[in-house]
Amino acid sequence: MSARERILAKLRKAQPELPQHLPSLDAHYAPRVRGESRQERLARFRTGIEGFHADVHISTAGNWPQVLATLCAEKNIQTLMYGAATPAAAQLEATAFGGTTLRPWAGQFEDLKADLFHRVDAGFTLARGAIAETGSLILWPSGDEPRTLSLIPPIHFVLLDAATVHPTFYDALVNENWAAGLPTNALLISGPSKTADIQQTLAYGAHGPKELIVIVINVEGGTV
Amino acid sequence: MSSPAQQSAGKPVAFVSAQALRARMHDAVNDPHLRQSFRGAMDFLMAKRAAQFPDQGELDSLRSLSESIRQYSLSKLPDLLEQLEANLTRNGVQVHWAETPEEANAIMLGIAQRHAARLIVKGKSMVSEEIEFNHAMEAAGVGALESDMGEYIVQLAGEKPSHIIMPAIHQTKQQIAKLFAEHIPGVDYTDNVDALIQIGRRVLREKFEVADIGLSGVNFAVAETGTLCLVENEGNGRMCTTVPKVHIAITGIEKVVEKLEHVAPLFSILTRSATGQAVSTYFNMISGPRRGEDKDGPEEVHLVLLDNGRSQAYADEQLRKTLQCIRCGACMNHCPVYTRIGGHAYGTTYPGPIGKIISPHMMGLEQTHLLPTASSLCGACGEVCPVKIPIPELLIRLRGEANSAPHANPAMVGQGAAYDPKISLLWKLWARLYARPATYRAFTWLATRFRALTPTQQSGWTAARTPLKPASRRLRDMVKDRR
Repeated sequence: MSARERILAKLRKAQPELPQHLPSLDAHYAPRVRGESRQERLARFRTGIEGFHADVHISTAGNWPQVLATLCAEKNIQTLMYGAATPAAAQLEATAFGGTTLRPWAGQFEDLKADLFHRVDAGFTLARGAIAETGSLILWPSGDEPRTLSLIPPIHFVLLDAATVHPTFYDALVNENWAAGLPTNALLISGPSKTADIQQTLAYGAHGPKELIVIVINVEGGTV
Repeated sequence: MSSPAQQSAGKPVAFVSAQALRARMHDAVNDPHLRQSFRGAMDFLMAKRAAQFPDQGELDSLRSLSESIRQYSLSKLPDLLEQLEANLTRNGVQVHWAETPEEANAIMLGIAQRHAARLIVKGKSMVSEEIEFNHAMEAAGVGALESDMGEYIVQLAGEKPSHIIMPAIHQTKQQIAKLFAEHIPGVDYTDNVDALIQIGRRVLREKFEVADIGLSGVNFAVAETGTLCLVENEGNGRMCTTVPKVHIAITGIEKVVEKLEHVAPLFSILTRSATGQAVSTYFNMISGPRRGEDKDGPEEVHLVLLDNGRSQAYADEQLRKTLQCIRCGACMNHCPVYTRIGGHAYGTTYPGPIGKIISPHMMGLEQTHLLPTASSLCGACGEVCPVKIPIPELLIRLRGEANSAPHANPAMVGQGAAYDPKISLLWKLWARLYARPATYRAFTWLATRFRALTPTQQSGWTAARTPLKPASRRLRDMVKDRR
């Protein structure tokens, strides 16, 4: 018998005849639903993620590339890497970036590894959505926007559409039926990387990005 | 006393002798610096957790839900493990099963050797500590480097983690500054925390870039999707699972849940209970190696499922509750014993209340029967447990298992390890005297008359206390007088 068979046999021998009732998650979450507007949800998201040391800039569908270009200039970013095949890429490429070189991801990770670790100052990705309750971004990296874009460069810029902010993580994964098909890697990101492993003293920029900057497309143009 | 079952289970990974345990606890209690470190850290963590749960009703509801999800998952454990394996395999993840630490290490060494790996970078994994992974790899000439800042510090110092969430909680920044200056070439002494973290970042980024394999633990494994979930703040978990060509994840068999939606409440209560964070910086859901259009990520992903005594806990309805644990560490943060002696004194991979109830299954009661006695049964651990494990009840149960006469078909390896026929006889006598009114009356009549004969040396009691002596008059006599 293999280890697998032995472990499963031991567990089967002891397994209760009837499983416990499937817990009702709705019974917990339904009474906690907030009747909040999109702007209120966005405000909650913003308060949450700013509490985790991320910067948030509210912009519009037309103006966000300009906001990004200005931020890149302020932060003296030499090279910004982004995914080439996204709708946002076309908008980026049509914008004047001054001293910042726009570099689309091209090829496999192995071709870009050394550059990502040593020569790319910032990565730019889209967010699939966000979570108001905790101030979290949802990212589903893909071939167009690989995982390491949001991990290795010291600064991570994220573009978020305000219409995609969910009240809770539970709402996001149930309403979008994530269980029907997850990508290789799905992520929640709440702020730049950090640690409190030395004497409970919080320090930012542990192993991932040192800065997380969120640019929000707010179609309703409301103030947040 | 060594039962045949204990012998056949093989040599335990670690050994906690009663003498060594008492000596370590004694030393820890008498170390004011250590006590100050832990007191401060535990107060900090307790306050942060409390701030996350301002509403008792919300906390109660979330705890009940989390408990029911864990119990539901355990009630279907073998089915869910098979479902997990099938879906992971469909996603391209290779699944391995190990009954013992030796088997788990052999599986992972095999993968390392197949890839001619020289360096494995590690994300935080308590299961890898449980199986002494680093030693096993180094003995075979493969480097294993911790990359969680706390684990990195502990590894540099040649120590083990003293807390399951904050491994280097026992070290001061000055000690860490000295450690870095001594061990990292070209680094001068600085006790500026930001500077120390940037040094760690620089050193470890070089290693992420060149490592052949990344190792990680697993916080939740989702059966229906074949997904491994990882909770972390530093980004080293993402580095280990994304940058090297091979990712190996290792987890205990109990970590599986059926549905993806089940992770939402568990993740929320985990981070809030552990470090008092509304959410961790990263929640990483991995469902396979690089495939299709993907441009990065590991080319191979492996999952090692480890038993190491968990199936023994599973076999007993009460002890099975031990496996509900989601490893948040709240029980140790709130434990008056842990706060006073720190994590190292226990001598086991998992310290504190959870360590006292899980270690006996991993190592046998022969080695661990004293651990459940290192408790005042104050109940704080059970009250804060996010999945409502009745830890005090389990401590009493384990004391019973250790002290009862050895019998056939014991629930645990090492049952009866602390059995003493003399003490057992004493308690039997006591029970007889106290269970019958006539013998009780006779006993108390004699005890009050002959109280002068009470021995002044009363074993452990008089080691730090004045001797016990019966009163000159019985309560029943005093009541009689008042009538």
